[in-house]
Amino acid sequence: MKIHEYQAKALLREFGVAVPKGEVADTPAQAREIAQRLGGKVVVKAQVHAGGRGKAGGIKVADGPAAAEQAASQILGMMLKTPQTPPEGIKVRKVLVEEASEIERELYLSITLDRSRSTDVVMASQAGGMDIEEVAAKTPDKILREWTHPALGVADFQARRIAFGLGLAGEQFKQAATLIRRLHTLYLAKDCSLAEINPLVVTKDGRVFALDAKLNFDDNALYRHKDLAELRDIHEEDPLDVEASKYSLNYIKLDGNVGCMVNGAGLAMATMDIVKLAGGEPANFLDVGGGASPEQIENAFRILSSDPSVKAVFINVFGGILRVDRLAEGIIAAVKKLGLKLPVVLRAEGTNVEQGKKMLADSGLALTMATDMADGAAKAVAFAKKGAR
Amino acid sequence: MAILVDKSTRVVVQGITGKEGAFHAARCKEYGTQVVGGVTPGKGGTTHEGFPVWNTVAEAVAKEGANCALIFVPPVAAADAIMEAAAAGVPLVICITEGIPVGDMVRAKHFLASTKSRLIGPNCPGVITPGQAKIGIMPGHIHKAGDVGVLSRSGTLTYEVVGQLSARNIGQSTCVGIGGDPVNGTNFVDVLRLFNDDPGTRAIMMIGEIGGTAEEDAAAYIKSSVKKPVVGFICGQTAPPGRRMGHAGAIIAGGKGTAAEKMAALQNAGVTVVKSPADMGATVAKVIGK
Repeated sequence: MKIHEYQAKALLREFGVAVPKGEVADTPAQAREIAQRLGGKVVVKAQVHAGGRGKAGGIKVADGPAAAEQAASQILGMMLKTPQTPPEGIKVRKVLVEEASEIERELYLSITLDRSRSTDVVMASQAGGMDIEEVAAKTPDKILREWTHPALGVADFQARRIAFGLGLAGEQFKQAATLIRRLHTLYLAKDCSLAEINPLVVTKDGRVFALDAKLNFDDNALYRHKDLAELRDIHEEDPLDVEASKYSLNYIKLDGNVGCMVNGAGLAMATMDIVKLAGGEPANFLDVGGGASPEQIENAFRILSSDPSVKAVFINVFGGILRVDRLAEGIIAAVKKLGLKLPVVLRAEGTNVEQGKKMLADSGLALTMATDMADGAAKAVAFAKKGAR
Repeated sequence: MAILVDKSTRVVVQGITGKEGAFHAARCKEYGTQVVGGVTPGKGGTTHEGFPVWNTVAEAVAKEGANCALIFVPPVAAADAIMEAAAAGVPLVICITEGIPVGDMVRAKHFLASTKSRLIGPNCPGVITPGQAKIGIMPGHIHKAGDVGVLSRSGTLTYEVVGQLSARNIGQSTCVGIGGDPVNGTNFVDVLRLFNDDPGTRAIMMIGEIGGTAEEDAAAYIKSSVKKPVVGFICGQTAPPGRRMGHAGAIIAGGKGTAAEKMAALQNAGVTVVKSPADMGATVAKVIGK
């Protein structure tokens, strides 16, 4: 799960990680009041779950309250388009108004899982403010890495090694070492999957703080963080993804027109691949899970067919825990409620397959049966092409 | 011959009084697996659907000589269940549970390093040696005893390839699902090593997916050490970057972990890489001359 910058900074503050003074605003008038309270120059920042905001016009510097109000009125409500947003952009609903600082240096700091070592890694670089992936690709030696201990966290000497490696000395060195250790405390306490400070800045008056902040959380751990779950902003997600998550379905909307319904993530990805190989484009990734109930199948079918770009549906199921008869029950229920407006191709194998196929045949639904994956994909793609014409 | 599990494996099911645990314990037993009983803390001394229940894994080891733990404990307590099994000296721990927090697995894996236990999973279908032992949630009837080793990060896609193999009368030595999570116990390299050393395995079918670098590591190992023919498939060739495709581990992040990179690495290691998931069985048949 992702959250907004202003929410991330509130958490950082709670854990003693230094951030600029600032507050969030929903309206230009509020932005003005905040700027007044802060005094002096401020920065008005669009709050969306995407990077690249500055270049897209989502971050503006303002001299005082009146300028802050004007900047906020320009940013609020705009469709912000960055390389990380959908092509139509994301609507800006909130802005963060912060004190502006005289920056001397921009550094990079992050913590994430290193899968190959099965533990967290702290990464830092003197090349802050830049795309760290580019830095990693071009000059990997410019990235400092310290692997944390699962129980001990970041040791003092590791935090020092990073702070020294960043070229810090004196008071800034102390501030940075403390900040790194506190950031890791937050990372563990809140089950983060990513904590990224880009840039971490050193100001001309000698302060070290997080100028920007990105926190992502492990969805599997949200059950023990009710406070975090409340920070979810469904405006930032695709409405069909949100609807699917209500029924614990793994659904991701894509650009094609062949709707796919599959059990199991691997088979679902393979089904997308075979649709593409058959000359079509998948409209979605949808894993109904290993033990889907008929109700989940019914909702999956409804969500899938409510995407207007879908011209044909390909159901590919290899029954293991999910029995084919249960799948059939769900499909029959869904079609009874919603009608069958789209061509549906079904390929089913595995547990109780004969029983399931018989139920579908007896139901009289006009499904197209496929003998295997390749046959199913070819048939679904042919239907989709016909429907798109 | 086979790897990891066979007729002599004695299984204790952790979380046996849960719906999933009870259902699959019975299916494993039906298949012929020696399921000696289960563990649910607080319900020790009772029986559940014919299986004796103990409070601790250690009791199952002491009383029944359990040498494999099969875990269906919910995500909240699953990492702890893994550690309990390892602490009780169970050499093989197979965790089916999906949705364990990554932080819990980081700690559990660190704990395992100080024990002699091997963990398979989590978020996996388990391990089956056809005709001998089924320890997991896979549909037993699609399998057939033989000499092709199967390993995969995915569950149902493994069933798909097994279905394709069995339909061609090609049996499997052992099928291992290593799971779809970013932190898991046993990786491709570990299982490849076992298959390579197993005289009962003639060829290997490996199914990878996007995310991480486990397939690249496997490719390097295959190139340096594996003497048997390997057929590979990578799913997620059409997956968009930055989106998690169901499995917590299946995500293309920072431009890394794409299917194209993994396929190239495998090809470079001499693996016969299949582009279409429909051709997995046919390609294995061709490679082994069947």
